[in-house]
Amino acid sequence: MSSSDVDLRKRPLRVLVAKPGLDGHDRGAKVVAMALRDAGMEVIYTGLRQTIPQIVAAAIQEDVDIIGLSVLSGAHIPLTRKLFEALAEQGAAEITVVVGGTIASDDEIDELRALGVAEVFVPGTSLGDVVERVRHLARPKEAGS
Amino acid sequence: MDLDKLRASHAAWQTQASEDETASRFRQGLNLKSLYTPLDRQEEDFEQNIGWPGEFPYTRGVHSSMYSGRPWTIRQYSGYGTAEDTNARYRYLLDRGQTGLSVAFDLPTQIGLDSDEPEASDEVGRVGVAIDTLSDLELLFDGIPLERVTVSFTINSTAPVLLAMLVALADRRGIARERLGGTLQNDSLKEFIARGTWIFPIEPSLRLTTDVIEFCSRHLPRFNPISITGAHMKEAGADVVQELTYTFGNAVAYTTSVLARGLSIDEFAPRLSFATLIGPDFFIEIAKLRAARRIWARLTKEKFHAADPRSSAYRVFSGVLCRALTREFPLNNIFRVGVMGMASVLGGVQALSLAGYDEVYELPSEESVQISIHTQQILMHELGMNEAIDPLAGSYYVESITDQIVDRVWERLEQIEARGGMLALIEQGVVQREIANRAYEEEKLISSGQQVVVGSNRFTEGASPAAIRIQRPDPRVQERQTERLRENRRERNERDVTESLQRLTQMARTSENLIPLLIQAVQVGASIGETTRALKETFGEYREVVSL
Repeated sequence: MSSSDVDLRKRPLRVLVAKPGLDGHDRGAKVVAMALRDAGMEVIYTGLRQTIPQIVAAAIQEDVDIIGLSVLSGAHIPLTRKLFEALAEQGAAEITVVVGGTIASDDEIDELRALGVAEVFVPGTSLGDVVERVRHLARPKEAGS
Repeated sequence: MDLDKLRASHAAWQTQASEDETASRFRQGLNLKSLYTPLDRQEEDFEQNIGWPGEFPYTRGVHSSMYSGRPWTIRQYSGYGTAEDTNARYRYLLDRGQTGLSVAFDLPTQIGLDSDEPEASDEVGRVGVAIDTLSDLELLFDGIPLERVTVSFTINSTAPVLLAMLVALADRRGIARERLGGTLQNDSLKEFIARGTWIFPIEPSLRLTTDVIEFCSRHLPRFNPISITGAHMKEAGADVVQELTYTFGNAVAYTTSVLARGLSIDEFAPRLSFATLIGPDFFIEIAKLRAARRIWARLTKEKFHAADPRSSAYRVFSGVLCRALTREFPLNNIFRVGVMGMASVLGGVQALSLAGYDEVYELPSEESVQISIHTQQILMHELGMNEAIDPLAGSYYVESITDQIVDRVWERLEQIEARGGMLALIEQGVVQREIANRAYEEEKLISSGQQVVVGSNRFTEGASPAAIRIQRPDPRVQERQTERLRENRRERNERDVTESLQRLTQMARTSENLIPLLIQAVQVGASIGETTRALKETFGEYREVVSL
């Protein structure tokens, strides 16, 4: 991190790690949440089985910079689409969205990106890589904004 | 053997050995070193710790002749889409020499939602087959002789409903209840630790699991009413010691709960079964299976005073650790799966499912399933795996690790009791946190390259996404299921359904066994969502302890 980055950073990045839908596999979500936290970010983990409106409400209430969706059931595309719709409806479209989990093909990665997803993390992505890519994604909001 | 002489020559050897060869390391919850000798085995009591196959303490296996008398069951975990889709896949599997079925259910079925409920919308038929009513189960097993092909159901919170459907189906087909075989996972407690398909709070979940075990013990003597499972804890990150500790911790909780119903240990323990996953730590996993048999034998005998030897036999279904498979170079997974399958067989499992090499991407294709079945058949027929029982017994290494696992798990089971039992530890999130921390530690080792994953964090030259043919789920599955639900509602007598559901809500407040009521409810056409809602009215819902 360069010194100018530090100056810009009025507060640490705030990240909501969210488990949408019915999928109960939370190893990845927890491990990534711990890695981001240890990298100095402020991390809120939602727990399992959150609806999209719950996730958006938590993101707004916690004033996060980034939402990370974790989906291993294969339902990532419809869930991500609904998330963007809900963010737009709630006037929170500036929140950056990343997605991780069992994502099948390059086509699906392209589809997620076309929806507006900033980063897609497939199985095998190293924690160091996740942290770096998240860190470079979003400039944190000004404190109190 | 002159141990003093051996000790002296070992000491002499040690002075010449490099540090690396003698240093001990901590992995999988165990202290490991590079060389094992008779000095590690000096206090061996053969009869007490190893013994004979099919006899206490079952270290060598649960059957006297093991695979030569009874080969393991080839039981691929499978299910997707509607009941018709999955029925076709089952016929394909049976045609290719599979010897048992293992049903994968979709998430709505697992957490008690009907396919037409809004929360179910993105998940119908996705990770397994959608089952809403008895008529779906009827289609699922159309043309499959349930009196000959045993079926294993990976279902937990809604296991009582699926059992009710299965019994109702067997009744319709004229199969006597006492002849009905099969297995329900029905391990509700581990859903709070890993996998997460909980519905009700912990206490009523345990009550329902106990209802199933009690009902089966009294009425379905050939059925396995539970498969106490470490698999998902392991997939969530648990090491070998954690996996066995919490599997047996749960087993103790279930056993205690069933005993409180007035059944004797020998009336139900012979039908308790287990499930595990085998990872890439080849010898440690074999030792784990041997240790698990000895631990369960001792628990049933010393803690629960079982007299029937069958009560002490740890019968286990095994799969392979899918998080050890890589997205890069997916064909490498065929070898990984084969070796994990080999460890399962050398460890003496009773049934085996091998994941497809493409499962990192999607549900396995037909081609991939064919490879998995062939892998099992190669293990069974070409590699001499059936010829000797417990062939690694007597290895200084494997025996020593087996003992260490037994000792550590036993010690930790005592700690669990001292800390108030499994339910308390699950309620407080202690178990969940411990496993997540272990997962994080391992992931950091992989991230830093200290733990090598070939093709993923080392030897990655030429890596590119595979040309895996992705089979998207049929987008019309939910529509088809919804239509069938409507048809079911048209055909049934609403008053019968309402009455049976009301009775369910009421009787849930009593200590009555709910399975007979559930059988009546599914017989008159009540759906999985309706029965679940009826029970929720009394039981409420679980609120997850979220902590990192």
